[in-house]
Amino acid sequence: MADKIVKATRHVNQNEGLIFEKSSPGKRGFDLAPLDVPRADPAVALGENHRAEGVTSFPEVSEIEVLRHFTRLSTWNYAIDLGMYPLGSCTMKYNPRVNEFVARLDGIATEHPLQPAELSQGCLKIARLLERCLCEITGMDAVTLQPSAGAQGELTGILLIRAYLKKHGSPRKKVLVPDSAHGTNPATAVIAGYQVENIPSDARGQIDVAKLREQVTEDVAALMVTLPSTLGIFEGRIAEIADILHSKGALLYMDGANMNALAGIARPGDFGADVMHLNLHKTFSTPHGGGGPGAGPVAMKKILEPFRPVPVLVETEEGKLALDDERPDSIGRVRAFFGNFGVLVRALAYILAYGPGIRQATEDAVLNANYIRKHLAGIFDLPYDLPSLHEVVFSDEIQKKNGVNTMDIAKRLIDYGFHPYTTAFPLIVHGALMIEPTESESKEECDLFIEAMRAIAEEAASNPELVRQAPHTTRIGRLDEVTAARKPKLRWSES
Amino acid sequence: MPYPADYRYTKQHEWIHADGGGIAAVGITDFAQKQIGEVVFVGLPKVGDKFKAGQELASVESVKAVFEVFAPASGEIIEVNTALESAPEKVNADPHGEAWFAKLRLSNSEELKELMDADAYEKYCPECEPR
Amino acid sequence: MRYLPKSPAERRQMLDAIGARSIDDLFAGIPERFRLREALKLPGPYSESEVIQYFKERAAESSTGYTSFLGAGVYHHLRSVVTDTIIQRGEFLTSYTPYQAEISQGTLQAIFEFQTLMCQLTGQEVANASMWDGSTATTEAALMAERITGRSRVLVARSLHPEYRKVLETYAENSSLRIEELPFGTDGKVDRQKLDAALGDDVAAVIIQSPNFFGVIEYEPELARQVHSAAALLVVAITEAVSLGAVRPPGEADIVAMEGQSFGLPPSYGGPFVGVLASRMKYVRQMPGRLAGQAADSQGRRGFVLTLAAREQHIRREKATSNICTNQALCALAVTVHLSLLGKEGLRDVAEQNLSKGQFACSELTKVRGVERAFAGPFFNEFTIRLPRTARDVNRELLGYKIIGPLALDAAYPGLANHALVCVTETTTRAQIEGLAAALARILA
Repeated sequence: MADKIVKATRHVNQNEGLIFEKSSPGKRGFDLAPLDVPRADPAVALGENHRAEGVTSFPEVSEIEVLRHFTRLSTWNYAIDLGMYPLGSCTMKYNPRVNEFVARLDGIATEHPLQPAELSQGCLKIARLLERCLCEITGMDAVTLQPSAGAQGELTGILLIRAYLKKHGSPRKKVLVPDSAHGTNPATAVIAGYQVENIPSDARGQIDVAKLREQVTEDVAALMVTLPSTLGIFEGRIAEIADILHSKGALLYMDGANMNALAGIARPGDFGADVMHLNLHKTFSTPHGGGGPGAGPVAMKKILEPFRPVPVLVETEEGKLALDDERPDSIGRVRAFFGNFGVLVRALAYILAYGPGIRQATEDAVLNANYIRKHLAGIFDLPYDLPSLHEVVFSDEIQKKNGVNTMDIAKRLIDYGFHPYTTAFPLIVHGALMIEPTESESKEECDLFIEAMRAIAEEAASNPELVRQAPHTTRIGRLDEVTAARKPKLRWSES
Repeated sequence: MPYPADYRYTKQHEWIHADGGGIAAVGITDFAQKQIGEVVFVGLPKVGDKFKAGQELASVESVKAVFEVFAPASGEIIEVNTALESAPEKVNADPHGEAWFAKLRLSNSEELKELMDADAYEKYCPECEPR
Repeated sequence: MRYLPKSPAERRQMLDAIGARSIDDLFAGIPERFRLREALKLPGPYSESEVIQYFKERAAESSTGYTSFLGAGVYHHLRSVVTDTIIQRGEFLTSYTPYQAEISQGTLQAIFEFQTLMCQLTGQEVANASMWDGSTATTEAALMAERITGRSRVLVARSLHPEYRKVLETYAENSSLRIEELPFGTDGKVDRQKLDAALGDDVAAVIIQSPNFFGVIEYEPELARQVHSAAALLVVAITEAVSLGAVRPPGEADIVAMEGQSFGLPPSYGGPFVGVLASRMKYVRQMPGRLAGQAADSQGRRGFVLTLAAREQHIRREKATSNICTNQALCALAVTVHLSLLGKEGLRDVAEQNLSKGQFACSELTKVRGVERAFAGPFFNEFTIRLPRTARDVNRELLGYKIIGPLALDAAYPGLANHALVCVTETTTRAQIEGLAAALARILA
């Protein structure tokens, strides 16, 4: 087993309990400067509202224990800084460190969203430049930076459509969603008050245009489409699809999760999308941070501009920037204050670093995905033979003959020093392996990945049990998720 | 696991067992529990809830998915099997017996005649196997 | 380009391996007429120093040099440098959502600790792995109450943060939720008689904030009893989390929706922040968002895993009840580190310092002729004052003293044009408070 694995090896790392388990009364990790005003007696100031006993069981540890605790924990994680995450549609690219630096500058990190606009011109200029860059990249006319995440961006986008259609007579009843779509799409449509109707994919994994023609009636508000699709394949007939919708007064919503295949190459606004969301934590390099924060700005055509959530960034008569809350047609507020501003700063820093050269990043992303595809096709089953863009989807059809499925292969990949690819999605491919390397991977890393996948395919044939029991080299093995769900233990407690 | 002869079965893999006195127990079949995998949670209806045949009556969760359970016939819930709340694994162990979900007072026992009997259901199952 | 690990030779090698003549071949699936012929018109490319230069110039056009008395949902508090040391570690910063538990134990254990801390703070039994912010957490609490009770009316105190109420409205408009606002009385708290009249068997929840938007502590067990007598749920929103270091938590509330920004996250012009949603264990299956649970592997080793995933929308698809996918993991981690550093005594100290500054500021400001406290009652670090002129006018003049004055309330509360919300924290010095008083004395003379 050991000789085939090149990228990773066993290594001693530290054990660590819960922070509460290191606690002991009287320890503390942070001191304050002495109080410079008279001390108020909380019992007097708060009366029966006083929490006299303090927070029960709150940890009490020193600074070094805190630092060691979290440092040790960090060493148990895989990260982009350690190597590739081939996760499909996640776009796990390099998170540039200068972005972290600029987001922390005094004058940016310190600013209060309710302070006067005249003291916020720096922040507002950052927001406006980002809006302009995103319009340019997407080929759209206007942007809102308010949504906190991709899912919220999707909801905002569908609510924009709803508001627009309502203003023009009726919000309509249905939203069409391809069966290859990510689950957030139908969830969003339902939460926006629409019924969801599925559009089947044809034999080539593309939207069945003939069926679409039948299904688009005046009851349909929109089609939600991901481009390229979750199979990494571009809908070649997108212009036709847009026309079908527009001819019936419906709109085209594009899920921008896969924008990493398009930036600098093609613009959704050009091929008929009316509105789309972007994931700044995907295409625009802002860090995933273990699951957030992200941001999901929405770019739109002019017709949807009046409905944008508040506040809207505007230019005053004196040429200054300000935030406007008075928008009669706005769908309202989607969150307090001005969105995940710190994430917006990072995204702009990324765009400025590349400039028009952002095209090169897209080309390298597509190059890497196709290089991997070329070397793994035939070893893994390729259900759809159309050209891949930035990601490729295989299936576990070949390996299943030995009882090895996509989840097993993914777990064995961990022993080879990689994070798994996306398993079991998209749903239209049974036993999917969805691989997106991104442009941040060198040829060396891609070759290591290819070697690892080939080795695992061999193991699946010659020693399936090894794969099925993987991973073998991690601190802990596969966890009993069934018991965790049956008898949930969701917090530490003293007893 | 054999399918009890005096039960009736739906296309969505629920079973119903009438006692002859207008009350029927409902649950999901062995085929269903195999498809679902280890059950971690069962969402049961409340006593007094009324359902038409085909309406969603309960839900079953595995670690990764949720499955709807539909009422095989119309009626009013008169009892739910609260044992499933603390022991959802019974659905895997004894889907036709201990893991009954609820008892209904049937509003129209004729509806059962339209459902499959054990033989028909056994023949139907292989058609439902996923690819 | 420094972020791209390819040499021209390697690109050529890879194209050859694929069998493509040029990179354009790989984009053949995109119709010709949509493929851009020209480069995008974007600023850049910038070197690292130019990126920094751009943002430093923006940072100069800011409030640096001004003293701020703003709170209203975003608070200036001390943060330890240790927090950034930890959250800047690549293994935390650049890791993915912990779906593959075996190689994400660092993130998962930290989430478990976060969930525990939030329970301890709020007095609730379960807390999720975080929401986007306090405003969306409050909205999710309302939706959760609807799912739990099967009822759709939600009574919302007008003393709840105005922006939180607006977010709730946006989400309610497209759902079955019906929001009704309850006015506040002369004490700035929700009018209990109006509440009584509005309660009925179709009310899912009553939402209050405590300390409320005016700074007044609203929660009391009697309020919970009133709400529960109608079999509705009490949701308490908290925007200033530090208050929980000195103020008793709303123990009889059914759901607590809190903003965690005060615990180690900079104001950053409005985000990213971290929402907290905490409730009773019996409601856990109606709770949105991620949850980390304890689990064991086959050798009995303790680990942590995302659990109860069936609630999440990518599994429920059309049947989803919430469309929240992400949590704010790195922000939640910052909060967890910050609170671990503060610990029980540190949190008590910070809270007491805030309380003392609040009392001192109130006393100093109300000594100024013309300045009165509005809305009596216990408060933490925010309180409302009434001025003899509009707060807007006064604030305009305060800017001349390099002071960002207390928030004028007229925009959100048209009847309160002369009112302003003062916030002081442990970062506000005595000199600054005295400076505000002196400036006000001159302006109002």
